[in-house]
Amino acid sequence: MATETAPAPVVEKKKEPLFSKKNIRTLRDPLDDNNPITVQVLGICSALAVTVQVKPALIMALGVIFVAAFSNLIISLLRHSIPTRVRIIVQLIVIATLVTIVDQVLKAYMFDVSKKLSVFVGLIITNCIVMGRLEAFALGNKPWPSFLDGIGNGVGYGIILVVVAVFRELFGSGTLLGYQVIPQWAYNMGYVNNGLMMLPPAALFIIGLYIWAQRSWNKKLVNVS
Amino acid sequence: MEHLLNLLIKAIFVENVVFAFFLGMCSFLAVSKKIKTAFGLGLAVIFVMVLTTPLNYFILTYLLKEGALAGIHPALASVDLTFLAFILFISTIAGAVQVVEMVVEKFTPALYNSLGIFLPLITVNCSILGTSLFMQEREYNLVETAVFSLGSGIGFFLAIVLLAAIRERLRYSNIPAPLQGLGIAMIITGLMGMAFLSFSGIQL
Repeated sequence: MATETAPAPVVEKKKEPLFSKKNIRTLRDPLDDNNPITVQVLGICSALAVTVQVKPALIMALGVIFVAAFSNLIISLLRHSIPTRVRIIVQLIVIATLVTIVDQVLKAYMFDVSKKLSVFVGLIITNCIVMGRLEAFALGNKPWPSFLDGIGNGVGYGIILVVVAVFRELFGSGTLLGYQVIPQWAYNMGYVNNGLMMLPPAALFIIGLYIWAQRSWNKKLVNVS
Repeated sequence: MEHLLNLLIKAIFVENVVFAFFLGMCSFLAVSKKIKTAFGLGLAVIFVMVLTTPLNYFILTYLLKEGALAGIHPALASVDLTFLAFILFISTIAGAVQVVEMVVEKFTPALYNSLGIFLPLITVNCSILGTSLFMQEREYNLVETAVFSLGSGIGFFLAIVLLAAIRERLRYSNIPAPLQGLGIAMIITGLMGMAFLSFSGIQL
């Protein structure tokens, strides 16, 4: 991230550069210190069921990044004209529209993945990450930082998703992205795929252990919640 | 009749919304620190679920499905609006929750005081929208939809009350500091999910 020193094309004099230190922090914080899943405890809902294999997990992560970034941008643009009382409904409609776009694109170009993700694409709507960032960030910040915040949180979510999926696919079926990784001679010597990894509870164990590792590493996160 | 009972048991135990599909995990982990609040949220979820899923069924069948609008004008017979399902489902849920909140506040203040804070939260509980989407995907009819939504609601209620009971006991145990709170709650949910796996295959 060396771009922070290079000032982006400045339109007005007062405007801060596109990748100022503050904006970089907005983008990077959700990756570790303020990770939406392991620290803020948001968006676990629709996440775990799609992590049996890496490919659907990646697609899901891309979908969430798209929805989080653009809903943050749109709500931030509208933030002065939304009445406070009806803001939840407005937010839900914006999110639902974006999710419908994602769903239609998936159905058109990646039908097999869309079938695998089944209802979980639709559940991005109630993914607490998206709503939570709208409430906590987009309603009080300018469009560009909000956009970055959306991307950061989407990526922070995606990392966890992919980590869990890598473990589950590698140990559950011996493949990664569909390619055989664990060699045949290992099976001949008596190695067996771990059936538990294919079942829902494995995702919870992996996330629990990830949280344990992350908090042992990063002491300031202990006792956050 | 037997088929419906099967569906109910499947929705409560075998395909529990929390343990098999991870729906509603956010509130499941956030509101499960005390049995009493978990109980309140569970009841509110059952209530809203039984109300909104059949409502969404009507919207789907009489507004969105291909041919549903044929009664208005023959030219509309080939219109398929199912891509609007997400927006309409979530609007129904948000609207229904708002109405329920007002009605409960007006007529039974005692119930409102015990559920009050949880009702608005339910709009973004994934298990509600999830149940509606499953209803659409699995093409249930009206009776099946009603039974399925009741089963899913009870499943969520059961799961959250159980976890709250375990977490209340957990306060007296000696857990490594980095694992406390969220970490251990995740692992316990996983263990409970394994226990619920033993229900799979049950049929009447």
